[in-house]
Amino acid sequence: MTAIMIFLAQTLRISVPYLFAASGGVIAERAGIVSLTLEGFMLSGAFGAVLGSFYSGSAWIGVLCGIGAGLLCAALHGVASIRFKADQIVVGIAINLLVIGATRFLLQLTFGSTSNSPRVDGFSTAGGGLANPMIWLAILTVLGVTWMMDHTVLGLRIRAVGEHPAAAEASGLSVKKLRYIAVAMSGVLAALGGVYLALDQHQFTDNMSAGRGFIALAAVIFGRWHPMRAALACILFAAAETLQIQLQGSTVLPTQFIQMIPYVLTVVALAGLVGRAVPPAALGRPGTE
Amino acid sequence: MNWLNRAVEALLPPLLALLVALVLGDLLIMSVGQNPGEVYRLLIEGSWGNPWGFAQVIFKATTLAFTGLAVAIGLRAGVFNIGAEGQLAAGGFMAAIAGLWLPAGMPLLLAIPVCILAAAAGGAAVGAVPGVLKAKFGAHEVIVTIMMNFIVLALLNYVVASHLNVPETLHTPDIQTGGLTRLSEFVPAFHGSAANTAFFIVLAAAAALWWLLFRMRAGYELRAVGLQPQAAEYGGVNVRRVWFAALTLSGAIAGIGGINYVLGYKGYYEEGFAGGAGYLGIAVALVGRNHPVGVIFAALLFATMSQGGLAIHALVPKEIVDVLQAVLIIAMAVSVPEVRRLLGQVRRDVA
Amino acid sequence: MSDHDDAMTGGVMAGGAMTGAKVAIAARGITKRFGALVANNLADIVVADGEIHALVGENGAGKSTLMRVLSGMYAPDAGTIEYHGRDVTGWSTATAIGEGVGMVHQHFMLVPTLTVAENVVLGHEIRRGPMLDRAGAERAVAEVAARSGLDVPVGRRVSELTVGEAQRAEIVKTLYRGARLLILDEPTAVLSPPEVQDLWKVLRRLRAEGTTVVVITHKLDEVMEISDRVTVMRHGQTVARMSTADTTPRDIARAMVGRDVVLAGDVPAVSAAPTAREDAVASKPVLELRNITVARKDGTPAVSGLSLDVFGGEIVGIAGVEGNGQTELIEAIAGLSSVQSGDIALNGQVLKGTARDRYDAGIAHVPEDRHQRGLVLEYDISDNLILGRQREYSRRGVLDRDAIRQNAVEKIEQFDIRPATPDAIAGRLSGGNQQKIVIAREMTRTFSLLLAAQPTRGVDVGAIEMIHRRIRAVRDEGKAVLLVSADLAEVMALSDRIAVLYKGRIAAILPRAEATEEILGAFMTGVVAEAAQ
Repeated sequence: MTAIMIFLAQTLRISVPYLFAASGGVIAERAGIVSLTLEGFMLSGAFGAVLGSFYSGSAWIGVLCGIGAGLLCAALHGVASIRFKADQIVVGIAINLLVIGATRFLLQLTFGSTSNSPRVDGFSTAGGGLANPMIWLAILTVLGVTWMMDHTVLGLRIRAVGEHPAAAEASGLSVKKLRYIAVAMSGVLAALGGVYLALDQHQFTDNMSAGRGFIALAAVIFGRWHPMRAALACILFAAAETLQIQLQGSTVLPTQFIQMIPYVLTVVALAGLVGRAVPPAALGRPGTE
Repeated sequence: MNWLNRAVEALLPPLLALLVALVLGDLLIMSVGQNPGEVYRLLIEGSWGNPWGFAQVIFKATTLAFTGLAVAIGLRAGVFNIGAEGQLAAGGFMAAIAGLWLPAGMPLLLAIPVCILAAAAGGAAVGAVPGVLKAKFGAHEVIVTIMMNFIVLALLNYVVASHLNVPETLHTPDIQTGGLTRLSEFVPAFHGSAANTAFFIVLAAAAALWWLLFRMRAGYELRAVGLQPQAAEYGGVNVRRVWFAALTLSGAIAGIGGINYVLGYKGYYEEGFAGGAGYLGIAVALVGRNHPVGVIFAALLFATMSQGGLAIHALVPKEIVDVLQAVLIIAMAVSVPEVRRLLGQVRRDVA
Repeated sequence: MSDHDDAMTGGVMAGGAMTGAKVAIAARGITKRFGALVANNLADIVVADGEIHALVGENGAGKSTLMRVLSGMYAPDAGTIEYHGRDVTGWSTATAIGEGVGMVHQHFMLVPTLTVAENVVLGHEIRRGPMLDRAGAERAVAEVAARSGLDVPVGRRVSELTVGEAQRAEIVKTLYRGARLLILDEPTAVLSPPEVQDLWKVLRRLRAEGTTVVVITHKLDEVMEISDRVTVMRHGQTVARMSTADTTPRDIARAMVGRDVVLAGDVPAVSAAPTAREDAVASKPVLELRNITVARKDGTPAVSGLSLDVFGGEIVGIAGVEGNGQTELIEAIAGLSSVQSGDIALNGQVLKGTARDRYDAGIAHVPEDRHQRGLVLEYDISDNLILGRQREYSRRGVLDRDAIRQNAVEKIEQFDIRPATPDAIAGRLSGGNQQKIVIAREMTRTFSLLLAAQPTRGVDVGAIEMIHRRIRAVRDEGKAVLLVSADLAEVMALSDRIAVLYKGRIAAILPRAEATEEILGAFMTGVVAEAAQ
């Protein structure tokens, strides 16, 4: 019984960054903006959180700074892809590279280290980590984003913009404004994923997002662009990871094969072998044509 | 005048982007209290300013040129291969396997082509997966190639870590044959640099791709598919087959890129050697405007930045180069549509 | 509605003077350019309050552009717009909607994944706090629909609607936003005759309630039936304004085309020899379509069990309202889409495979959409002149650049393509010169069947004559021609036999001599169903 509880608690903890980032990814992609940037948003959030927490001594200030860093990256992504209609895939990859480079640069300048920051104030890890308020914030986020996309006016408008921007425009909506809002939300949420990582470990380490943004993107696609299904995919991927950690040392299945699960499932979903994954019609297309 | 128009449209965006990166670089350098002129002088001196640095630029440009060509050929066919990272690793791995498997005494003239073919096959196999999925099921290649990167790297990690490694390391044993000659054999001043004959192979590959794209029927058809799939279909081209072929070829070219490190430098496959060169290949293709000649120059540019970054580390953290490379890519992505729009406007005003 | 009598009459530009009726909207001197293309060149329109106004003109005359300028979708490069006496030049869609101007586009502006009610309220949602009040929206939308006699399933997803339902949803959408001026862009192009009648009922009802309506069309019978007043456009300019009661279809047609034209009931002006078929009939048909069925992309049948023979030495013209399966029929024969059932045979051989195999079998194809299909717009003239023939111009996989250039020089001369430079980019040529590239390439192939789809769409008069001459020459050489055109006059001028396509079936096949516009029109609109089969 306790073994199961430990397993579930660890799964939940591991899923938190995925839940945040995937929720953000769903919003941006449903508005038609490609979310290859989740990885970069997340890493920027982690660094912002450590910086904020380090200088203020308060984890909550860290959270705010992390959000600010995510917003900054989202603004860059938004201006490049919405205002300038740049290729969103290229910009996404460049932003990921930019954040890796910039955090390393700043890590050297502020902490004089190439690998990690000093220990900062974070959140309690008591109760198997479940005392961390960000875990509950992640669950609220999933519920909130689901409610927003399915039931609010904003959700309806975001879905319209990602599916048929010309129709949204003809209805008097501002496609650009809605896309900026969606990118900003995805920046904030993905950054919160990074904030959680950093404050859970009480420090920033180089490239600490370590591909989690791409797992979140995989969850978005595997969840067919719906926030609740994406969240379930996050938990599924986190469970696989937990299993991998708990089986460490045993030879049942090499850990690398468990690592592959999210990616393989996503490829399989894209190929239409288990329910076709059909992206929003205007995904990645700039403008309103 | 047509060629002039086209040249302006092709060259203006990279120049603008470079300018943006330089200005931002100035600001960053000044923000850490250094003199930009001094830093740029060191950067050039550390790369083109001495034989060893120059050779290192050549070495770094070689891998980038391979991945850049790989991405470019895909984009010419209208498919975006983000999987060069995994294809590069798979190619390097297969080259090492071939070098291990071939008998030690085998003449290089025979061994090297076999190793290159193995590298190409490794990359092609990885590229063929998104190729099949796109052609058969319409699965978007961007996501599939990203996912393939993670799958391939995990798979290689498993094979090397569990079966093929030299104990206590994450690399394979040394290859028995198939090593590429270092350029320092011909130019002693290059001594100590890993630059090797793979550079000539990538130049040959660029020439071959140029020939394919602009002189062969297959290239005519491939570019038509990339520009207007419906018109290509009307022109009797099997669009899906071209997508598949382009992704597979793209994978093969990225795969051959693995020889630069594996056959030309270390003599074995090592975990993580790709180190982002696959992703940078996207930037190289973008700045090189998907033209084989442009790709070579863009690869030299990015290699210069990486190599020069080492020389400025005493003044500014070398990661500034990573930042500037990323800025260059974003500025490039922004200026391509912007330049096209502006030139369109100019043409209208003139007309 | 009789107070328009004093307004301008046929062909005379009488300014905006309209006594007795207030002006709802007036646009003056509107110019709108897209790149090199001037879509509107000092165009004018004055619409009186409470009338149904028809805006007519040929394809490409600039009607849609002018209406998009009016509805705020495009900002004009020059000119002014007045709405109820106020200058509103350059307003946005949002402002226009707010002021009661709504447009129903030819391509519906509906989000396929949302329901009708969600689409209708989008941007003007009924809220409960931040939440969307779905039930309230559906009630409100149903109410608006009922008031104007529009029947729409409010709770259904747009992707599941028929075309007619989607159009009604669009109209409900503009009415829901309080439209007092409703603009409809070619509303009947996609409708069946009964649906057209229903639409007219709705429009008359709206007029009775005080709504002003502008209908874009190029069909003269519709103008006469529904409108109070007509504005005619040609080449981006307004060429005539008249009161419908005071005019005749002939006057309108003359204004549209700029010269006297052949209308229903007239003797054909062009002497096409309708006898060609008699000597050909003894031989076997070049093209045989046996009971073929072709699906659209969404799976609905576009062509259902169609059979047709085309003989050497004849032009068979397909007449029909657009969207009745013409595109799908031609693409299936050309190998660009597959048939679900039935056979297509060329010279007795059943055709299989892709476009490439069809070319080899002896098909030449002038596609209906040269921008999407017929040309690679970023390729130059010489490369476009070998599209689909690239194997003829290469040896062992290598392009023969000299031959390609030589070919370009010859074709440019022969077909008078301008500019006469082989390396000019096709996308920057005029429509007529672009079409000349396609014609030059296709008509110089080795072929026994020519598929000519909308061969003169968006092409200037000089090029039209050349293209028509070439098509007749193909027939006179004993080859078979299958012609599809939305321009009935063109079908009648060129064809030896005319087949009417209605809802994916051949409603009638008539020799040219027996085909009058009235008869064809009756079959095209489904008034007479499948008599000849």
